[in-house]
Amino acid sequence: MTDTPDSPVIPWRHHVALTVLLGCALLMAARATDLTMNHREFLQQEGDARMLRVMEIPASRGTLRDRHGALLAVSTPVKSVWAQPAELAAARDRWPELGRELGVTLEHIRDRVAGAREREFVYLRRHVEPGVAARVAALEIPGVAMEREYRRFYPAGEVAAHVVGFTDVDGVGREGMELALDERLQGRAGSKRVIRDRLGRTVENVESVRVPVPGEDVHLSIDLRIQYLAYRALKAAKQRYRAAGGSVVVLDVTSGEVLAMVNQPFYNPNKGSDRVGARVRNRAVTDLFEPGSTIKPFTVLAGLISGEFKPRSTIDTSPGLLRVGRYTVRDHRDYGVIDLQTVMAKSSNVGASRIALTVAPETLWRVYDGLGFGLSSASGFPGEADGILTDYMRWGDIHRVTLSYGYGLSVSALQLARAYAVLGADGVLPPVTFERSAGDGGGRQVVDGRYVRQVRAMMESVLDEGGTGGRGRVPGYRVAGKTGTVKKSVVGGYAEDRYMALFAGMAPASAPRIVVLAVMDEPRSEDYYGGQVAAPLFAKVMGGALRTLGVAPDDLAPASRQFIANLEPPAHGAP
Amino acid sequence: MHSHPTLPQRFHLDIPLLLAILVLAGIGLVVLYSAGGEDTGLIVKQGVRFLVALGLMLLVAQIAPQHLAYWTPWFYAGSLGLLVLVLAVGDVGKGAQRWLDLGVLRFQPSEMVKVAVPAMVAWYLSERALPPSLPRLLVAAAIIVVPTALIAKQPDLGTSLLVAAAGVFVLLVAGMSWRLILAMGALCAAFLPVLWYFFMHDYQRQRVLTLLNPQSDPLGAGYHIIQSKIAVGSGGVFGKGWLNGTQSQLDFVPERATDFIFAVFSEEFGLVGSLGLLTLYLFIVVRGLFLAAEAQETFGRLLGAGLVLTFFVYVFVNIGMVTGLLPVVGVPLPLISYGGTSMVTLMLAFGILMSVHGHRRLLSD
Repeated sequence: MTDTPDSPVIPWRHHVALTVLLGCALLMAARATDLTMNHREFLQQEGDARMLRVMEIPASRGTLRDRHGALLAVSTPVKSVWAQPAELAAARDRWPELGRELGVTLEHIRDRVAGAREREFVYLRRHVEPGVAARVAALEIPGVAMEREYRRFYPAGEVAAHVVGFTDVDGVGREGMELALDERLQGRAGSKRVIRDRLGRTVENVESVRVPVPGEDVHLSIDLRIQYLAYRALKAAKQRYRAAGGSVVVLDVTSGEVLAMVNQPFYNPNKGSDRVGARVRNRAVTDLFEPGSTIKPFTVLAGLISGEFKPRSTIDTSPGLLRVGRYTVRDHRDYGVIDLQTVMAKSSNVGASRIALTVAPETLWRVYDGLGFGLSSASGFPGEADGILTDYMRWGDIHRVTLSYGYGLSVSALQLARAYAVLGADGVLPPVTFERSAGDGGGRQVVDGRYVRQVRAMMESVLDEGGTGGRGRVPGYRVAGKTGTVKKSVVGGYAEDRYMALFAGMAPASAPRIVVLAVMDEPRSEDYYGGQVAAPLFAKVMGGALRTLGVAPDDLAPASRQFIANLEPPAHGAP
Repeated sequence: MHSHPTLPQRFHLDIPLLLAILVLAGIGLVVLYSAGGEDTGLIVKQGVRFLVALGLMLLVAQIAPQHLAYWTPWFYAGSLGLLVLVLAVGDVGKGAQRWLDLGVLRFQPSEMVKVAVPAMVAWYLSERALPPSLPRLLVAAAIIVVPTALIAKQPDLGTSLLVAAAGVFVLLVAGMSWRLILAMGALCAAFLPVLWYFFMHDYQRQRVLTLLNPQSDPLGAGYHIIQSKIAVGSGGVFGKGWLNGTQSQLDFVPERATDFIFAVFSEEFGLVGSLGLLTLYLFIVVRGLFLAAEAQETFGRLLGAGLVLTFFVYVFVNIGMVTGLLPVVGVPLPLISYGGTSMVTLMLAFGILMSVHGHRRLLSD
């Protein structure tokens, strides 16, 4: 600056200016260094958190099939259309075409978008057909994207609805076996790491973190052929007897597998609007009722076990009624002195009561308890009711008497069917299952087979001339069964005009294969007795099931039946 | 000093400064290619702008400082007129009236003012001996305040502060007494609360509050700062590589081609790149100050120094904003950010600088 004579700029001012300048530059450098060196890890994580996303790859849910492989529940991939509200809101001019292709109104789109302006994800429509999804995708509307989901279809529809149950829109089991087996059916969703941009669009797949494991395919114990048969028969019976509802349970006697289980009223699991309210309930498992006369075989069984009664023992039922304290037990008419078989055939309340008053309460309780009354069947079916059987220590005479003909305890249809299976399996209590099992899996001997065979022989007489269950006969097969007509309990006592008609039985009686329980709830027709209403339903299902299973007839000469029944009880499995 | 003038001397050019500017512009185009989503059209557009601005610089460099001084009052008056006009009929862009549409081109008169104000102050002060007397300082202050207020009204707080700074720098360089400088500093400090409560808009206040605590509103006002800090910090020492910055390429960094382009640069070229860029800027500033200091007449010296310091403030404010040191104000990164107006202004300033320096020897002959 030698040649600037009148330099007004004082030299040290230069230094100050330069110092300030360098100071600022250093500050910037320090800041950049600080951000990169000291906060780098944190900031890099933050950056990754913004762009790297772990996305779920849904696993396909396992199928449910019947025991022979027919599909009961299957998942098919579908597309769900979702949107980024903010993006879609900006593309308002594209709404009409979007609504047209998607089949939704403009109001629907506006509601979805307006209601979720701050969110990054909102479904526009779930589970659309592939064609619709393709057309929507082709529109390339900003903020609209597709997601792969699975939708559950139930090919058997209402026929197997109560057993199979259903999943919700997110593919989670909500009812029935869909719920019971949910964990196994779900499989394990996989995941992948993707790079997403600010708008949440997947830019690139980085890596697969976990391969999805598809859900297990499960064979249910249901035989769809028998299921369909039972469904049709129950539906017809309900209409015919103008019943409020009803159930049919078909059990394999030895394996305890549920071969069929239907209820009325029913619902269609493929229709979302139908899957609500009481219709969805699997009444055969969840609802309790008093078994009434269908329990009498077990009362007789207790009598035989106690040793107080022999198969040919007689009981005086005159004069057709029995006073216990202030309570009176009545028969339809005075049967006089009758043997045990007749007690069963005529369904004598007085006879059953006399047995109950003779047998020690503990013995009676042991039989009932051993047959699984008052205990869950451990089938694992969601919402299964335990039933109620009070302890014998608390029984008075009246309670013993009413128990003997099926009041004062409550059971589910499944429980009652299982107790009958014990009679069919010579005293072995089978484990009840809704899944196809390998064979007879761990049944437990709860009663001496000798007594069971005796009772079963008596139960065949129920279907004879003069018995209450004649309409339960199945041509070609010997059937052992028992009727029941139960006054429904209501608040404050028993309704006089509301009944439950029951018929439970097994066949072929010589070597039982299956148990069928038919329940008609509140039949409104002239007929309401179990022998009138439930027995024909039983016969229809039992006959069809035996033929379907190809069970060899054991009653080719009907005339000989009486003769055989009066001899020794048939030896089960004897050469 | 009587040797035959070299080619640069003949065209009044300073080769080190010119080279630094060319390198900077080159870096700018490279970064812009990445920040602009690899859009070649954008690069061509920006390149053409730079060439036009370069031409303007070369042209201005040929004009002798005394001619520049002669036109300064007219330039200043014209700029003021345009500022008033833009308030009356200007286009609204991003919530503020800044643009003037001339049919063929749209530009911001406030950019012209960035040169006009320091030029006018330098012109006024250079008429009398330095250091200036207090009354003359007050007049100079008025020269600064009027356009500053007009720009603040648009509202464009960032530019108005830059304009004020440019004028004040000239005052400082002109040799105010330390007592006055301190008094002015105190006055400014006292004025801050007034500015806060009466002149700043809510969104401006929000920006300052956000700076102090960006996490207070991470999705709203704090968003810019958080995203750009992440971009700068996650670049590491050597960066993620050109075109590989995740924050930038995935569109997380806002305004990544314009005001926040430093975040892109920093993420992709790392700390090494950032420090290198800072060094380049610092070189330009130091070289510019050297050129200004060597000027022979007061007008050129004052204006040159004022413009160079303003340039430095650009850099400081922009990088400070991107790294979260300063509140978000719309200041582009000189010669790198996408945009035409600021580039023209800057090159105009460099042209003046070269003119001031380049005509020195010829005058002394």
